Amino acid sequence: MQEIYLDNSATTRPYDEVIELMARVMRTGYGNPSSNHAKGMEAEKIVREAREALARALGCRVEEIMFTSGGTESNNQAIKGAAYRHRRRGNHIITSAIEHPSVLNCCRRLEEEGFKVTYVPVDSEGYILVEELARALSAQTILVSLAHVNNEIGTIQPLDQIGPMIKKNNPQTLFHVDGAQALAKVPVELDRWQADLYSCSAHKIHGPKGVGALWIKANTMLQPLLEGGGQEGGLRSGTENVPGIAGFGLAVRRSVKLMQANNDLMYGLKERLLQGLQKAGVTVSVNGPPPRRSAPHLLNLCFPGIKADILLRALEQEGIYASAGSACHSRHPQPSHVLQATGLDEDMIAASLRFSFSGLNSVAEIDTVVKQIVKSVTELRQILP
Amino acid sequence: MESRKVYMDHGATTPLREEVLEAMMPFLREKFGNPSSIHAQGREARQAVDAAREVVAAALGAEPGEIFFTSGGTESNNIALRGTAALKPKSHFITSSIEHHAVLDVCKDLEEQGHRVTFLPVDSNALVDPRVLEEAMTPDTAMVSVMMANNEVGTIQPIGEMAALAREKGVLFHTDAVQAIGQIPVNVKELQVDFLSLSAHKFNGPKGIGALYVRKGVPLTPLYRGGGQERKLRPGTENVAGIVGLARALELAVQELPEKMSRLKHLRDTLIKGLLKIEDVILNGHPEQRLPGNVNVSFKYIEGESLLLSLDLQGVAASSGSACTSGSLDPSHVLMAMGLDHETAHGSLRLTLGRGNDEADVDYVLKILPPIVERLRNMSALYKKR
Ligand SMILES: Cc1ncc(COP(=O)(O)O)c(C=O)c1O
Ligand SMILES: Cc1ncc(COP(=O)(O)O)c(C=O)c1O
Repeated sequence: MQEIYLDNSATTRPYDEVIELMARVMRTGYGNPSSNHAKGMEAEKIVREAREALARALGCRVEEIMFTSGGTESNNQAIKGAAYRHRRRGNHIITSAIEHPSVLNCCRRLEEEGFKVTYVPVDSEGYILVEELARALSAQTILVSLAHVNNEIGTIQPLDQIGPMIKKNNPQTLFHVDGAQALAKVPVELDRWQADLYSCSAHKIHGPKGVGALWIKANTMLQPLLEGGGQEGGLRSGTENVPGIAGFGLAVRRSVKLMQANNDLMYGLKERLLQGLQKAGVTVSVNGPPPRRSAPHLLNLCFPGIKADILLRALEQEGIYASAGSACHSRHPQPSHVLQATGLDEDMIAASLRFSFSGLNSVAEIDTVVKQIVKSVTELRQILP
Repeated sequence: MESRKVYMDHGATTPLREEVLEAMMPFLREKFGNPSSIHAQGREARQAVDAAREVVAAALGAEPGEIFFTSGGTESNNIALRGTAALKPKSHFITSSIEHHAVLDVCKDLEEQGHRVTFLPVDSNALVDPRVLEEAMTPDTAMVSVMMANNEVGTIQPIGEMAALAREKGVLFHTDAVQAIGQIPVNVKELQVDFLSLSAHKFNGPKGIGALYVRKGVPLTPLYRGGGQERKLRPGTENVAGIVGLARALELAVQELPEKMSRLKHLRDTLIKGLLKIEDVILNGHPEQRLPGNVNVSFKYIEGESLLLSLDLQGVAASSGSACTSGSLDPSHVLMAMGLDHETAHGSLRLTLGRGNDEADVDYVLKILPPIVERLRNMSALYKKR
């Protein structure tokens, strides 16, 4: 059976070139970048080239890129690192109600440790209520952390509006952007946003799992979470994951180069999926912004009256992989906090599915998916009252 | 003798084994699912992670539920120490003065956060005296962290004995076994430790993946917050290929351990014997209680760094201290703690043997080293003044 993978916001298939490069580095480039001999320098060069690739993709300086073990570590390092380091300036942090658990749970932990956190609400499409954010800003605010693209409904936040507003209130407030779902899909404009920190993760852009990066604007001080050998400029100790970093470098180079073409394809696929369903008479609504306005790879659909997990299982029988929400939750199903924050009621949430695309998906796949959904929904509607 | 490439820096990192790469490849290629996804792609990845956990547990004498995957030895150490410290405000920690920076610097950070830390001294062979540990423990001691084997001089500590002393007093015991795994037998049930750190790239596994053993029932606060991965102790999408590679590497390392130990010991002792024939050379570390692959010697009157450079030009990769500190000019804290003077410490060379090394490598090093040492000494003012 042909498999159709539409769960690309959970993780993506690494590019073949990425796998080949990693295998080559694992075979021959096995030195420790800290070692003072030819093998070490070879490894160090591999890491440097990947850092250059990241810096080009983000439009920043090479020294401002720090490699981590993934998006979760990047977010933790940014948020806790900023909070601990700047505690003396204030104890207030602002984030939104629809962040990824690696941001939300970090903030909850900081609350336990005595910080004050404001969770700014969002509108029905997942856009942050900017006036609420403005009201929450105070002299005590040391950090604002927001995802550029939401991982469940694909809302793209207007960072060019939010960032300058934060800085106008207090230029010292750090602005962290979680770009895990945005990199290579939505342009990165660190200067326009007046951002200080940007997190990303390789496995979301056809790179390997277990590698990420944090952009730290020059002169931004963070407290390291890991102490040790002093790698990554003293901020992130631990022997570098050289093959993983190399794979990340190549994945970011390729996916940024292909961004326009991939986005055109994915916007087309989204529309085709939605229109295909509508034309077939399936009752369906979109969670989040209209498809053209949300991130290219995300389409969150609600099939009223249908249990999402049953539809998911039916699709899986046909080799079609989607998800009911973020992967982090799917093993412990709870209603999505993102959909709740947009004001969707419990029944609608339980009827919602996330389809997420990549440049590796095709029009033919979507046609198959439409057919299968129509078939399954019709069957399920017949069974269910 | 013709020139050859000799990698004798296995203490810094080891080449990945082909079998390990083979085990990893499917999880980079077609089985790329996210273990948290409930569909078939995700379940396949989840099963691979679960199977790897069982392999690792079996290799260490632990239960699968006691194994947590991390991004490496550094993170494992940080989680064990910080995760305990977070639960025991302003308490007392004991460590040794020869730990890797991934323990030492965490402990220094804990001091800044208001904890009290005792750094135990070592003898001239880098051994910690268990009696000194016993005396150092006070009613508010929360945790002891002593490395199983030292990364610079290879000295193996009596961890079982020390862990027993800690247990008697109800004190948690962590051991950084990053250098020990794959070189000497390690069994957590025999050692009766509460935490143990390991890192795959030190035993022919991949970089960027490690594990922390946490004895069942011992609480620990996570360092990172996020999704529910690794039962919330270590959130973040799992490095599935890395985890599979770690397990395969560990499985092979344990299988081959007896043979590897005796082979490396023989090479090590040949190397040490040959090196000690050079005038004004001393062996650093314990003569017997040392890792099978570790050789660390000091050449009087020369700088380890210049020695390294000359060796590198002749195809030999070695180190003059631990890799992480190679860039710094401070003498090794390990050698200083053993009581070496600055000059002798600066003249140290670490040759760490591993799977790929053979007699010919040892012969080659023993052949090219004496002339290098002689040449460098002839350029040294200290040597002439001696
Ligand atoms: C928005 C967002 N932030 C952070 C992460 C965490 O990244 P990782 O899984 O690499 O830790 C993810 C994905 O899981 C995400 O979607
Ligand atoms: C004894 C010891 N502990 C910890 C580490 C850190 O391991 P990693 O570099 O995998 O984080 C090393 C190696 O660098 C080591 O030798």
